[in-house]
Amino acid sequence: MITVYHYMTVAAILFAMGTYGVLTRRNAIVIFMCIELMLNSVNLTFIALSSHLQNMDGQVFVLFVMAVAAAEAGVGLALMIAFYRNRDSIDVDDINLMKL
Amino acid sequence: MELIFFYLIAIVAVASGFLVIRCQSPVNSALGLVNTFFCLAIFYVMLHAPFMAAIQIMVYAGAIMVLIIFVIMLLNLGTEARKRYTTGVVWSAIASLLVLFNVMYFIKRGRVTGAEGDITSYTVESVGHVELIGKALFTEYLLPFEIASILLLVAIVGAVVLAKKEV
Repeated sequence: MITVYHYMTVAAILFAMGTYGVLTRRNAIVIFMCIELMLNSVNLTFIALSSHLQNMDGQVFVLFVMAVAAAEAGVGLALMIAFYRNRDSIDVDDINLMKL
Repeated sequence: MELIFFYLIAIVAVASGFLVIRCQSPVNSALGLVNTFFCLAIFYVMLHAPFMAAIQIMVYAGAIMVLIIFVIMLLNLGTEARKRYTTGVVWSAIASLLVLFNVMYFIKRGRVTGAEGDITSYTVESVGHVELIGKALFTEYLLPFEIASILLLVAIVGAVVLAKKEV
């Protein structure tokens, strides 16, 4: 029998892996993909709990998370293109324009 | 049988997530991420949320991943340079293990409680998932829905302004 804890465990593992990726990778696009991985693990938790508690609120929240992720994808990738045009790199170590 | 299937999909999802964080080439990471999205869509179907699975495949695996791969190919990114390899990996591993330990501790020790609704899997099958979502979205969550639409509009305008030539 699959319980809600199974799904939450998978979501926790995916979230921790996303955290590791965000903290270790240098490529800004890969960091962005790791953030998407973390958002998806949260979505899995929302839907698992929504299915367990038998109401719709969690699934409506997942729709809003997806809307925010889509907006983030558009703006984030536009930022990366603008940065690449200035520096010829999207390595996050090169993003130091505001450093003293 | 269902449990074996669950474990199979879970292993594939975690392995694809591992590919996302370990692959040298961003394109390989993107392919692993698509695989993870499909595994999560299968989970949504198993959780009686078929509309969410369809949205997951269309929005994430369809739209967002195409955008990411398009940018990867537009910028012509090769494999990551390994020369500037610092000791941050150890601390990052400790931090992520701490996150994992915390979350697992709460999952193991806690009990899931809350306001139980009346939308069972039978209701989803008889009424229809899309209708239930639509009813919740346009009655109870109408204001957040409108705010999300304004957010998407602002994001479109912002993306166009940011990616223009003379910035």
